[in-house]
Amino acid sequence: MIKLLRILGGRALSLFKKMGHMLMFLLNSIYYICVPPFKFRLLLKQIRFFGNKSMIVILLTGSFTGMVMALQIYHTLSKFGSEALLGPAVALSLIRELGPVLSALMVTGRAGSALTAEIGIMRISEQIDALVSMALNPMRYLIVPNIVAAIIVFPLLAAIFDVIGIYGGYVIAVKLLGLSEGTYFSQIDTFVEWKDVRIGLYKSISFGVIVSWISCYKGYFTEETGFGAEGVSRATTDAVVMSSVLILIWDYFLGSVLL
Amino acid sequence: MIEIIGLEKSFNGQKVLSGINLRIEHGEIMAIIGRSGGGKSVLLKNIIGILKPDKGSIIIDGVDITKLRGREMDKTRQKLGVLFQGGALFDSMTAYENVAFPLKEKMKVSKKTLQEKVSKALEDVGLKGMEDKYPSEMSGGMRKRVALARTLITEPQIVLFDEPTTGLDPILLQSTHKLIRCTHETYGFTGIVISHEIPEIFDISDKVAFLYKGVIEEIGTPDEIRKSSNPMVRQFLTGSSEGPVELLCEKETRR
Ligand SMILES: Nc1ncnc2c1ncn2[C@@H]1O[C@H](COP(=O)(O)OP(=O)(O)OP(=O)(O)O)[C@@H](O)[C@H]1O
Ligand SMILES: [Mg+2]
Repeated sequence: MIKLLRILGGRALSLFKKMGHMLMFLLNSIYYICVPPFKFRLLLKQIRFFGNKSMIVILLTGSFTGMVMALQIYHTLSKFGSEALLGPAVALSLIRELGPVLSALMVTGRAGSALTAEIGIMRISEQIDALVSMALNPMRYLIVPNIVAAIIVFPLLAAIFDVIGIYGGYVIAVKLLGLSEGTYFSQIDTFVEWKDVRIGLYKSISFGVIVSWISCYKGYFTEETGFGAEGVSRATTDAVVMSSVLILIWDYFLGSVLL
Repeated sequence: MIEIIGLEKSFNGQKVLSGINLRIEHGEIMAIIGRSGGGKSVLLKNIIGILKPDKGSIIIDGVDITKLRGREMDKTRQKLGVLFQGGALFDSMTAYENVAFPLKEKMKVSKKTLQEKVSKALEDVGLKGMEDKYPSEMSGGMRKRVALARTLITEPQIVLFDEPTTGLDPILLQSTHKLIRCTHETYGFTGIVISHEIPEIFDISDKVAFLYKGVIEEIGTPDEIRKSSNPMVRQFLTGSSEGPVELLCEKETRR
């Protein structure tokens, strides 16, 4: 019994230690976000990295999500005879929920994993040590540009996802299901408020922080998960799984607080 | 001046360094020789502050760096140039960008002087015309030389070389040693060179330290080392497999 308690206690302690370590990493990077000098060129490069890697997949998933939703919601709404509300139903669920979440998940898979692998390889090939030995702070050069870039890019990608999704829904609603063109858009206009857009914005900004934070952390401390190439590959999977889970948990949390 | 006192370091209970005492005077080049896996690179990483020792102190120009943390350490690192054993080139940058990087980030230089200096540095290591190659497109020896150029370009006061010539052909070996010697004569850095090139390394070093089993077994001028009566040193210099130095297979058969 005592043995069991000891094992559980040990596990819990090491878990808290790890969480503390991760939090310190985030706080440390926030410190360097606030303290100049800033590396604008690296920031631009990372913005391009996120956008470039994820654009096509966002376009694809966005349009199909909108289309599927239009089909499904139409089916439900038609039971109550309120098909006219199809537009706002699609738009609201996209803007408040699916846009930020799905686009964040897509970026995690595309860019987040690549980021972890890249930083992990820099770690095991001593490139990070080389930066340190030059008295250049790796947080400033590697981590900060990614976190800031994610904060900028995630809302933009979510917005693109929303727009494409709404148009996808429009194609299905108007061309396939025979809804009138005017109803779809004008109802969106009446029912979608700024508040909804703002909630989506908050969500995607925080998802940006989560994904870049976890991906950078896992790459930066790749030796904690294992050594060499295997360590990097495990860190990469870890980062994707962890980011995805945290996105969904945080989404629920924010959703219930901001409602 | 670098002074190392009673430095100990172990990994997972395996002792790698067990009490290193070493003193490198200002402007001197110290060669460190010793077995593969003997802890030379670990010693070097302790001096840069990338690894923290378990015990002992490392005093660089009067400052004990083992007591410093993060940003305070950077002041000492400003004086340091390090050539890592694996080169540690940034693989997202070309040869030119790699060499230019520390200069661009650490010193305010005009674009023109930057260009001149980088071209000169690459030419010095015999890599003229390779400016646009990425590390993944280079041979091991080329990478090493780009790394060497990157280390020397900021003219650091203290330079640490981890096997600068391993993997180079005999001609490049000589020219690299000559480059180190020349640079040393031009602006007189304090240097530590880890090397397996015996006896060539003796030509460029003022002192030689022999690291064995986690301690400095023997230290002296190249001539003293050459004439040393220490049987381990003798065996190491001649590269003989018979003598007091433990061999790999002996250990294995004993197990
Ligand atoms: N990060 C680490 N974690 C655990 N053990 C390590 C670590 N770095 C080095 N070691 C161990 O320390 C010992 C010394 O390694 P080191 O790299 O210093 O050897 P070396 O003298 O530089 O050898 P070589 O001449 O082959 O480069 C080795 O046994 C190695 O296994
Ligand atoms: Mg080594």
